[in-house]
Amino acid sequence: MQKIPQWADVVLVPLISLLLAAIISALVILAIGQDPVEAVKLMVIGALGSTYGWGYTLYYTTNFIFTGLAVSVAFHAKLFNIGGEGQAMIGGLGVAIAALYIPWPHWSIALLACTCFAAIFGALWGYLPAILQAKRGSHIVITTIMFNFIAAGLLNYVLVNVMRPPTSMDPATASFPPATHLPTLHDLLLPLGINFSRTAPANITLLIALLAAVFVWLLIWRTRLGYSIRSFGQSGSAAQYAGINPVRITIITMLISGGLAGMMSINTTMGEAERLILNAPEGAGFIGIAVALMGRSHPLGVVLASLLFGFLYQGGAELAMWMAIPRELIVVIQALVILFTGALDNMVRMPIEAFFAALRKSGDAK
Amino acid sequence: MDVLNDFITVLNSTLRLSTPLLLACLAGLFSERAGIFDIGLEGKMLCAAFFSAAVAAITGSVWIGMAAGIASSLALSALHGVASITFRGNQLISGVAINFLAAGMTVLIAQSWFKQGGRTPSLKGNGRFNPVELPVAESLKDIPVFGPIYQGLISGHTILVYVALLMVPLTWWILYRTRFGLRLRAVGEAPEAVDTAGVSVIKLRFAAVGICGVLCGIAGAYLSTGLQAGFVKDMTAGRGYIALAALIFAKWRPGYALISCLLFGFLQAIALRPDLIERYLSFKVQIQLLDVLPYILTVIILAGFVGKATPPRAGGEPYVKEQ
Repeated sequence: MQKIPQWADVVLVPLISLLLAAIISALVILAIGQDPVEAVKLMVIGALGSTYGWGYTLYYTTNFIFTGLAVSVAFHAKLFNIGGEGQAMIGGLGVAIAALYIPWPHWSIALLACTCFAAIFGALWGYLPAILQAKRGSHIVITTIMFNFIAAGLLNYVLVNVMRPPTSMDPATASFPPATHLPTLHDLLLPLGINFSRTAPANITLLIALLAAVFVWLLIWRTRLGYSIRSFGQSGSAAQYAGINPVRITIITMLISGGLAGMMSINTTMGEAERLILNAPEGAGFIGIAVALMGRSHPLGVVLASLLFGFLYQGGAELAMWMAIPRELIVVIQALVILFTGALDNMVRMPIEAFFAALRKSGDAK
Repeated sequence: MDVLNDFITVLNSTLRLSTPLLLACLAGLFSERAGIFDIGLEGKMLCAAFFSAAVAAITGSVWIGMAAGIASSLALSALHGVASITFRGNQLISGVAINFLAAGMTVLIAQSWFKQGGRTPSLKGNGRFNPVELPVAESLKDIPVFGPIYQGLISGHTILVYVALLMVPLTWWILYRTRFGLRLRAVGEAPEAVDTAGVSVIKLRFAAVGICGVLCGIAGAYLSTGLQAGFVKDMTAGRGYIALAALIFAKWRPGYALISCLLFGFLQAIALRPDLIERYLSFKVQIQLLDVLPYILTVIILAGFVGKATPPRAGGEPYVKEQ
């Protein structure tokens, strides 16, 4: 018998976790001598009060959808991919190579090709930890952490010594040619008569992110492969008895996961910076963990949680600008969300389970 | 004597840079040997680094500072314990949360207390650990070879460097020569056996996580009050993860932990002096390669190409008492 109804599992548990995180965050704001109500007002106005704010919120949301989906897919196979950050960095390298060294006639073709490059490079960076876990039994969490650092070192080397234009001091590539520049939401919405902010970085990649969410939903719940991934995640040994090859599933899952994380770099590298810079993911790979946990590894949940974190990110930037609250408040909120929805899940769940058990009991008594 | 002097300089900074790695690595060793994975070493060190420097700056005493640092690290350990032992949550996720919590909170509090962009004021005098001159170092320094080594390498470190080195045999002794150590190792391999013998798995694991907190606290205190004179944002710079790598490299053994931390510290030390490599080996080494070498070596070890690294068998598994 199910301990709690499904709606409680899907809606109530995450909401209570979120509430706990919000309360503690408010206490933190109070403790550093600021007004939480004022802060929330400022965040809402800054992130959602203008198309400029929305443009940034949706830009961050796009990043988090990709990395959140990446972590979710791996979670379904009970693999914890902390390597989204590194996979996104290497994905960016793929985008830069495709955008700089191949002359594209039109942005649409460039976008398609760069998306493939980003996904392939990201997937390759997920492939090595996957094969080490599947064939040699090295723990994927540790290897993906190591690969984040190796990716950062590799990117640093490539940007400083190989791809940096000789005249520039910045550790970054040259700017991508204009034919690869992606249309922003301003360009996309203008024909519909909506005058969206021209300067905000949200761009067409948002639509690709939403497509990716639909793709993941189809993959996990509507295909044979998705079924294999989920059964492998439920019980590796049972899946193996049922004829599912654990090595194959681990590798395929991590390829998909790494590919999704890599695709995030289209948004940052091609959509926003229009060149490859150091540390382009800016921690989005790690936020994917919080997003996947909050979204219960379901694509719809991931999209909603990404929107929330996009709001927090943009709102947090406003706080840093207008109030004496550093940007790091967002890191704290992110930590609290991971803590309550992930590590302390049982603490949140137990009272709810007790409540529903009591409810059932009194129902039976009548 | 130029060669000797350069050699001593590099080894001296190796020793100093290895110290936080070694303390954090031994911290992780206690925790993981008891079956609790800890990827929150980084966060605990960072938190302790901040509170040590902050309290030392306010009180002017590095010892009170270090006590505060250890206390803060213990608080995070307690959180990890509650999440992963009491509520049987995912130990890895809890560690990730702790790392982010420390990264965010230290800057928030630093900004609120000192308003210096997320750093503490520079520590002076008794606000930090000062070098300890070992006896007769000054008078022996003119003896060839031995004198400079004794004076420039062995003597003149802060007390915590010696504490870290002494922790290695102490850890070995606790783990392999005491009843507590035997039980601690058993609880990481076969908790049900320990439970059957009537010893509390929960208490043992909390004790291990507590020791881990204290050692991470000392490591953090060393970073901000010994190695440097004050806290700056993200000052651990991945050292917690290098310590984790060193722990795997050491195959969860104290003696090997010393060797792997010295090796990784050496890599950090020569990354600071690329000119020396060029002078003596007459080729240019990419700094980025030196930076990532610990991680690459660890991946190779993990892959089992150079001996197999087998973690404690019950690591990462919450213990559920049989009904």
